[in-house]
Formats: sequence, C-alpha cells, structure tokens
Amino acid sequence: MQLSIPEFDTISSLAAQNNIWRRFRRHPGAVFGALLLTLLIAAILLAPLSPYNPEASSPAEAYQAPSLAHPMGTDALGRDQLTRLLYGGRVSMTVGLMVVIITVCIGVTVGALAGYFGGALDNILMRITDAALTLPTYLVLILLASILRELSTSFFKENNLLTIALVIGLLSWMTSARLTRALFLTLRDQTYVQAARSLGASNRRIILTHILPNSLGPLIVEATLELGYAIIEESGLSFLGFGIQPPTPSWGNLLSNAQAHFTDHPWLAIFPGLLIFITIISVNYIGDGLRDAYDPHKVLEQVGEVF
Amino acid sequence: MPYALRRLAQAIVLVFLLSLAFFALVNLAPGGPLAGQGHSRQMRPEQAERLRRQFGLDRPLPTQYLIWLVGNDWMQVDTDGDGRLDAPGARLGILRGDFGFSFRTRTPVLDEISSRLPNTLLLMGVTMLVALLLAIPVGILSAVRQYSLFDITATTLSFAGQALPEFWLGMLLIILFYVTLKNPLTGGPLLPAGGMYDQETFSLTDRLAHLILPVATGALGWVAWYSRFLRASMLEVIHQDYMRTARAKGLPEVLVIYKHALRNALIPLVTMFALDLPTIFGGAIFVEMLFSWPGMGRLYYQAASQRDYPVLLAILIISAGFMILSSLLADLVYAALDPRIRYD
Repeated sequence: MQLSIPEFDTISSLAAQNNIWRRFRRHPGAVFGALLLTLLIAAILLAPLSPYNPEASSPAEAYQAPSLAHPMGTDALGRDQLTRLLYGGRVSMTVGLMVVIITVCIGVTVGALAGYFGGALDNILMRITDAALTLPTYLVLILLASILRELSTSFFKENNLLTIALVIGLLSWMTSARLTRALFLTLRDQTYVQAARSLGASNRRIILTHILPNSLGPLIVEATLELGYAIIEESGLSFLGFGIQPPTPSWGNLLSNAQAHFTDHPWLAIFPGLLIFITIISVNYIGDGLRDAYDPHKVLEQVGEVF
Repeated sequence: MPYALRRLAQAIVLVFLLSLAFFALVNLAPGGPLAGQGHSRQMRPEQAERLRRQFGLDRPLPTQYLIWLVGNDWMQVDTDGDGRLDAPGARLGILRGDFGFSFRTRTPVLDEISSRLPNTLLLMGVTMLVALLLAIPVGILSAVRQYSLFDITATTLSFAGQALPEFWLGMLLIILFYVTLKNPLTGGPLLPAGGMYDQETFSLTDRLAHLILPVATGALGWVAWYSRFLRASMLEVIHQDYMRTARAKGLPEVLVIYKHALRNALIPLVTMFALDLPTIFGGAIFVEMLFSWPGMGRLYYQAASQRDYPVLLAILIISAGFMILSSLLADLVYAALDPRIRYD
C-alpha cells in the first residue's frame, strides 16, 4: 500500500515550482535569454513562410550584400542566406536536442546505478567516467566522425544528424553521470527513501519515483548547459567538414562554406556565427538563471535578502 | 600501496586500454587503413594485396596491435609483398618510440610531429601566457570589487566570451583587421591573417605581427573561462574566517588580499591550468585552420581527412597520455599544495 497524501504533495510541489519560476523571472539574464531563444525558435519553426527556396539556386543573384529583399544577403548560388540559416537552425537545434537526450539518458543511468548501489559497481562506472573525461574531446570527435563518414552503410548516410548526435553524446555524458551520482548519494539515505524501502518498495521504484524526481532541478540545469556545448561542438565539427554534410544546411557547415569567400563577402561569415553566438549565450543565461532559481542559498547570498 | 603509486598504476592501465580502443577504432574502419591509398589513382586488386602484405595488414588484428606496440624486429616480414616472409622486420613499436611511417608523406611519424610541434608550442604558449596575464588581474579585481561597474562589465564580457565560437571570432577578427582596417603607411592590411611569417629572413616584428590575430582568437575563450573561475574561487576564499582574522590582527588590506586570499584562491586555478596544459599538444585546430598555422591541429586535420592512420594514432595516443599524466600530476600537486587533502 502506498502511504502518501496526494493533496499535500501536489500543493507543496506547486508552491516549490512557483518559487522557482519567481526566482527565475527575477534573473534579468535568464529572462533575456529565454526571450531571445523563444524568438529564435519561433523564427526557425516559421522558416517555410520565407518566400525563398533554401535549395534552388539563382546565379543572377549571387553574392548580394544584405538588403531589404535579402536581410542577410545571398550566397555563392544566389540563395537567400536568412532562409538557409533558418533551415540550418532546425538542423543544429535538432542535433543539439538529440545530444541532450542521449547525454541525459547515458549520464543518468550511469550516475543513478553508481550512486544508488555504490560498491564495486560504483567503482567501475566511475573509473570509466574518469577515463572518458581524460579523452582529448575534439581529437576523438574528429576521429569518430571521420570513421563514421566513411561507413558505406546507408544508415549513417541517411541519418547524418543522428550519427553526429551520437558521436557528440558519447563524449559528453560524463558531467551528467557525476552530477546524478552525487545527487543519488545524498538522496538515497534520506528518511523518505528509507520509509519507502521499509514499505517494501523495489529498488527500481525507489530510483524512478522517489529519488529521480527530486534530482530533476540540477539535472535540468545541466541539460540546458549541455545544449549549448552540443550546438558549439556540432558547428565546430561541421565547420571542419566532419559534421553535418551538405546539402543539408547547418550553422556550422554554412560557416564552413563561407571560409573560401568571406573576405570578399563578410556577411556570409557574420550571420551564421551570430546565430550560433546568440543561441549559446541565451542557453547559458537560461542555465545560469535556472541554477540560481533551484539553489536558494546562492540567490540569498547574491541578493542579500531573506525569503 | 602509497597513493601516488596506485594512481600511477591506474594511469598506465588506462593508457594501455585507450591504445587498444584507438587502434581498434582506426582499424575497424571500413576498407581498413588502405582505403585512403586509392584516392589519386585506381589500385588493381593484386597491387592492393601486395601493399597489404608489405604493410603487414594481412596479419590478424591482435598481431598488428602487438607489432604497433612492440615492433616486428623479432619476426620475419614480407618486405616485397610477394607472399613469402623474407627478412626480419625493422619496426621498433611505439613502446620504443617508433610510431611508424606516415601513409601520406612516407616520412617517419615522429619527424612529422617534431616539425609541427614547435609551431604549435609557440602559438599555444603565447596564447596561454596572454590568457593568464589578462585573466588573473581581471578575476582578482572582479572578486575584490564584487558588483562594481568593473565586475559587472567583466562578468558580462566573459559570459559572452564563453559563448563565442573560436572559429567565428577568428573570422570576425580577419574581417576587421585584415580586410577592413588598412595599414596607414603601406596601404596593405593592418595585420597579417595567415602563416607564421612573410619575410624569409627572421624578423621579430614580422613574427609577432603574425601571432597577434591567432593568439587573440585562441586566448579569448581561455581569458573568459579563467577569469570567471578565479573570481568564483576568490569570492569563496574572501568569505572565509581566516580572512577576518587577518584583518582583525591589523594586516593592511593589500596583504590580506594578495597574501592570504590570492594564495588560496590560486590553488584551484593551478589545478585547472595543469589539466588544460596537455590540450596544447593537440594544438588549436580551429585557429590553425583559419590562420594557416602549420601546427599539430592542422596535422591532425590532414591525417583525419586523408586517413593517415599512423599519424592519427600517434597524435591520439600521445595526447591522451599527456592528458592522463597531467590529471595525475594535478591530483598530486593539489595534495602537496593543500595540506588539508590527504589521500591514502
């Protein structure tokens, strides 16, 4: 039998969420970041409304500087850069979100097992995590991506986004794992967990319904920051030609294409990078705001007021 | 076993396992190491077969790994690729410092690396030095004058700096200082944006001019990261009780900050720096690509694009070795610097 008072639980968690939201709103950077990111995502979703086709070339309009008709200019084939960037944003954001999902799945599983069960399992999992952390990230990313790029299996060719997300995810789950482990270590001996255990709850149930929901706050912060890293890493790989392969546009490979002509046509380099920059800074500000919102002590120390 | 020895043993095991993983990854790639050899001309099957025998690629993978590790001078190899073992091998293996020959240039891998490494060390050395020289004062001042105009500006800028992709910053700097701004004397670009030098004879100003843009591109991220890090660790130290004690006993504020606070706040920064040092070996791949700097990053990029596996493997395993070694050293130095930490 489950001993809980649902009404009370709901009320208190609603109150807690309310507090978090209130503290988040008071963080100017976070609000700014959230607004900017919302705008950007809306623009990306509305990309099909653009009057231009992202793929069709019109050589007569090649290399036009930014104007009213083409706010971000046109590329070597006369394609509207704003339209290309919006479609590229879909790709970059999708890869970023995939990486976050992969990272959180691996990281939370490894961290939860290590933190909850401890002992030899903890030791083995944490040694693996340490080892993965000592890898030279970009070198291994390039190695994996270059090998996968050569695979003739059609799966990787047709799922370029998923492949790149897997490569990046495989090299970035370690922070989530360490964080989850730390959270589980502190939570597993809490009285409510002991109570659940004494009522005969299985390990699975304790992990999934008692400890995990209470670790969500820090994990959400971590996932947010991870989105930023993932987008930077994807664009870096694509910039070097090992990431998303043209003709699929991504912010990284648009910037990479610009390399050959950007000294003559600077807008080809300025705008793709600007979008990457805006995305990362928004995401970082949101992560920062969430961290403060979930950690009242830090806010207390910074604002110097008592709740 | 003492802590240091145990850590050393773990590190050696880890390097060994990584070498195994890297070797397997590279060799399990489709087509194997020879796939890149047929790029320029079509190879006939019997030709490919001969090459495979000459490179020893016909042997089973575990044997190949063993040869890569310890060499093949203890066994007979097929030097002309006719299918008969005719002479003792000449390779010494990476354990004896022989990383084999580059597929791309047919020169020893170590020669390739040693021709690139000094350029990378120059670039990264100057970059790290500049980064620390800027980040340390900014970090201290930000923490000491928390919430001042300076602090708010510095914190905002470093927040932006961390979100700035290196490859984009480099392009922006090239647009500004190479394309837009002109040298008032010559009418040419204000700053050079490619290579290490223009003049054949050594000229210090020429060399320095070529360093400015790459170093600025590479250093900004480090400045942002280190200054934020130092600010945070200074703030933590400033609120400690021993700071109040130091003030209470009448020490001048300057001494309190620089002797008591800074010394303690620098410990985490030293560790962080020690952990970042080995990344120098791999070079700054984006900076080297953008500014045509002939360093390790570009060498790795070329090796990865053209499937030059001996070079790839060498850079990977040496980098990973350095990373592991430095995280080991960082732990030990940390323990030595901070008497509160005792491992056993």
